[in-house]
Amino acid sequence: MKNKIFVTISFVLFVFCFAVFYVGLQKPNTYTPKLDKQIELPNFEGNDFFSGEKVISDNILKKNSYYIINIWASWCIPCRAEHSFLMALNNKNFNLLGINYKDNIINAQSFLNELGNPYSEILSDKNGVTSIELGAYGVPETFIVNKEKKIIKKIIGPIDNKKFNEILELIK
Amino acid sequence: MKKLIFFITFFIFLSNNYLLAVDKPTELENKIFKNLRCLICQGQSIYDSQSDFAESMKIVVRKNLSNGMSEKDIYQFMRKNYGEWVLYNPEINKGTYLLWGLPIILFIIGGAIIIRKLGVFKK
Repeated sequence: MKNKIFVTISFVLFVFCFAVFYVGLQKPNTYTPKLDKQIELPNFEGNDFFSGEKVISDNILKKNSYYIINIWASWCIPCRAEHSFLMALNNKNFNLLGINYKDNIINAQSFLNELGNPYSEILSDKNGVTSIELGAYGVPETFIVNKEKKIIKKIIGPIDNKKFNEILELIK
Repeated sequence: MKKLIFFITFFIFLSNNYLLAVDKPTELENKIFKNLRCLICQGQSIYDSQSDFAESMKIVVRKNLSNGMSEKDIYQFMRKNYGEWVLYNPEINKGTYLLWGLPIILFIIGGAIIIRKLGVFKK
């Protein structure tokens, strides 16, 4: 009898471990954050791209308007690919804030001259601090911020056709 | 001449030491760096990593420390921005009961099996 219980427990334990590892193996091992609840947009600061003056997030983010925060750099190849989507977003009803990540200002300016400037405001993030304060991982990355200053969507990686439509859906 | 060479060497030594001392992270900084995960690397803390992300994270930790934040405040700040996953030493809460409890449970079960096999209590 005792032996039977022992065998049963061992079997259950084995199945449990097998299930845990099996499920674990199926998961992709690169980390992608879930955003199942809206999170408050953290305070951040940076320097104005053109004037170099220090800017605090509270001063630039106006209430009652949607914001799209896009982190970009001239050296980032996927940023080049998503730029046309940002240009297409430009006419819509919200503000587009750019954060220029660890970039050379001359290269960044020629990038904008070549492909156009979709941003209503650009902050320069020389050492990556602004991006960390925002909770970003790298470039390119896009946050959709609603009127209550809550992040309702994080897009890690370049915007493509599908994500572009998702954004339009969100800020309708 | 000998004196001059001595002084030059002495000053080079001093300035070198000084430069090294400035960049060296403190014990507390290192402790925090070791407990923060580099999210774009695999299985590395920001202490181990020299990626852009880790380097920026270190700057933010230093900045926050100099702004008067405590170690706990910094973990809180990072957790708010990046979630529980960013900490190597997550706190015990609803989501991490299993994480903390399972090794102990497995240890006890394993111990019980060994004791049973060895027949310690049979005699």
